[in-house]
Amino acid sequence: MPRILPWVALALAIAFPLVAEQFDLGFYVSFASRVMIYAIAATSLNLILGYGGMVSFGHAAFFGAGAYTVAIAMTYGLDSAWLAWPLAMLVAAAVALLIGALSLRTRGVYFIMITLAFAQMMFYVFIGLKAYGGEEGLNLPHRSVIGFGLNLKDDASFYYVVLALLVGTLVLLQRLVNARFGRVLQAIRENESRMETIGYATYRYKLCAFVIAGTVCGLAGALIANQTRYVNPNLMHWVISGDMMIMIILGGLAYRYGGLLGAIVMLVLDEAISPYTTYSKFVIGFVLLAVVLFAPRGLAALFDRKTATQPAKAVP
Amino acid sequence: MSKSVLEVRGLCKRFGGLVATDQVDLAVHSGEVHALIGPNGAGKTTLVHQLSGTLPPDSGDILFKGQVVTRMSAHARALRGLVRSYQITSIFRSHSVIDNIVLAVQARSGSSFRYWRPVSAERALYTEATSILERIGLQDKAATRAAILAHGEQRQLELGLALATKPSMLLLDEPMAGMGPEESERLIPLIASLRGELSILLIEHDMGAVFRLADRISVLVSGRVIATGVPDQIRANPDVRRAYLGDDMPGQVIA
Repeated sequence: MPRILPWVALALAIAFPLVAEQFDLGFYVSFASRVMIYAIAATSLNLILGYGGMVSFGHAAFFGAGAYTVAIAMTYGLDSAWLAWPLAMLVAAAVALLIGALSLRTRGVYFIMITLAFAQMMFYVFIGLKAYGGEEGLNLPHRSVIGFGLNLKDDASFYYVVLALLVGTLVLLQRLVNARFGRVLQAIRENESRMETIGYATYRYKLCAFVIAGTVCGLAGALIANQTRYVNPNLMHWVISGDMMIMIILGGLAYRYGGLLGAIVMLVLDEAISPYTTYSKFVIGFVLLAVVLFAPRGLAALFDRKTATQPAKAVP
Repeated sequence: MSKSVLEVRGLCKRFGGLVATDQVDLAVHSGEVHALIGPNGAGKTTLVHQLSGTLPPDSGDILFKGQVVTRMSAHARALRGLVRSYQITSIFRSHSVIDNIVLAVQARSGSSFRYWRPVSAERALYTEATSILERIGLQDKAATRAAILAHGEQRQLELGLALATKPSMLLLDEPMAGMGPEESERLIPLIASLRGELSILLIEHDMGAVFRLADRISVLVSGRVIATGVPDQIRANPDVRRAYLGDDMPGQVIA
């Protein structure tokens, strides 16, 4: 990818709310926030699925955990973003530690099924939790309070906060996959048994990656609760986990911008098609099919083959 | 006689009705090249799996440097210096040759739970990896993707991965598998150069290589060690000749 492209995209993203306001397109600012929130979630999944080769089909569990943490904290009067959002990440991390510690003992299809089962379990637990709205979910009286003269009620302010967090997530991913930890993670994806016999406790690395991904997804959950000012158990439904997987398959597994590109394409398509038909997923299915057939490594691969996972690196 | 670095006592492994490892006793002395030979299906690779920690034995004990490691995980054994190579090449095919070696060097040099500093900036890792490449003769292929190496070069890298962990004992599972004679000729001096520096359990079908390299030889037949001794003793042993070298009773060549 030309080096300048991400900067151009960032500049456009910064300018977007100003332009949108000019043309009275405020709705799209809110929509863009939603896209970026899903991009954060998908990027976190890309760490374990793309770079780590762990096909987790229960990523929505952490999304929901983060969202509910913010919503429930608010019912107890805790509405500071500085407290509620880290708390959401902490809760999601704990959930990821628990789910990961158990499911990472299995492989292949069993791993897919057990992560799915855990997420569905959480989905049904929250349907049953009448104290927190059950099936109806919870309304948030307002968005989290962030201070510093920023009011998240204002869609543009919220948009910029989400943008900053998305950039932070992408930088973190970039650093992480090229650092020792990320190298180990990718090597485990490629040849786990050899990693064991050269001295790596592979389970620990996978679990650590799983928890990092869950934590970041928890942050995305905290943001989505703020964006819609409403949480319900559907946030944890397997359909959301599936959507996140489709996003990174569309965007590019183990590509830095895979999650972002996938979230943009999928949500924009959905938004563009849904006024005309209720079968928008049907169309997205065909797009996915086309991508898998003609760009099997995802849309990010069309830009560049080099940001992909570790081709030969020059010796320093 | 020097002290044993690896000691195996009464090791057993069954797969259903098949006894793959049958009361194996084995001692590898410090610094020696100890060859393990035996017909196909004798249970040599199964034994390596148990010694390296990828397969739990049913009973018996494995002692490494005097410590019982029978139930220890493969990665813990590797970090203690007991490292294996594979008969079927097991390398990181999408990585460059040097990045393969860097991974192995990284395993034993500091924590790998580091999230920020790029590995490419860690010169010490690459310096060490480069010296390993020189030793295994792949320095000219450092930037080549492992997948496109020739078969013999992949076998060199296979050995290099094990060597890069700085083992005190190597379990070499048919290092010359599938190699042509000239390729083997490159590997034999390399293995010979390791004698004294570390201990080696060498599993090999190439009898020429075995008798050139081994200080002592053990013969495994149907999961049992039927003889151990210096090469001349093994050559002269009638049981060994019958079971293996003589090839006069092929019906016995079963597990």
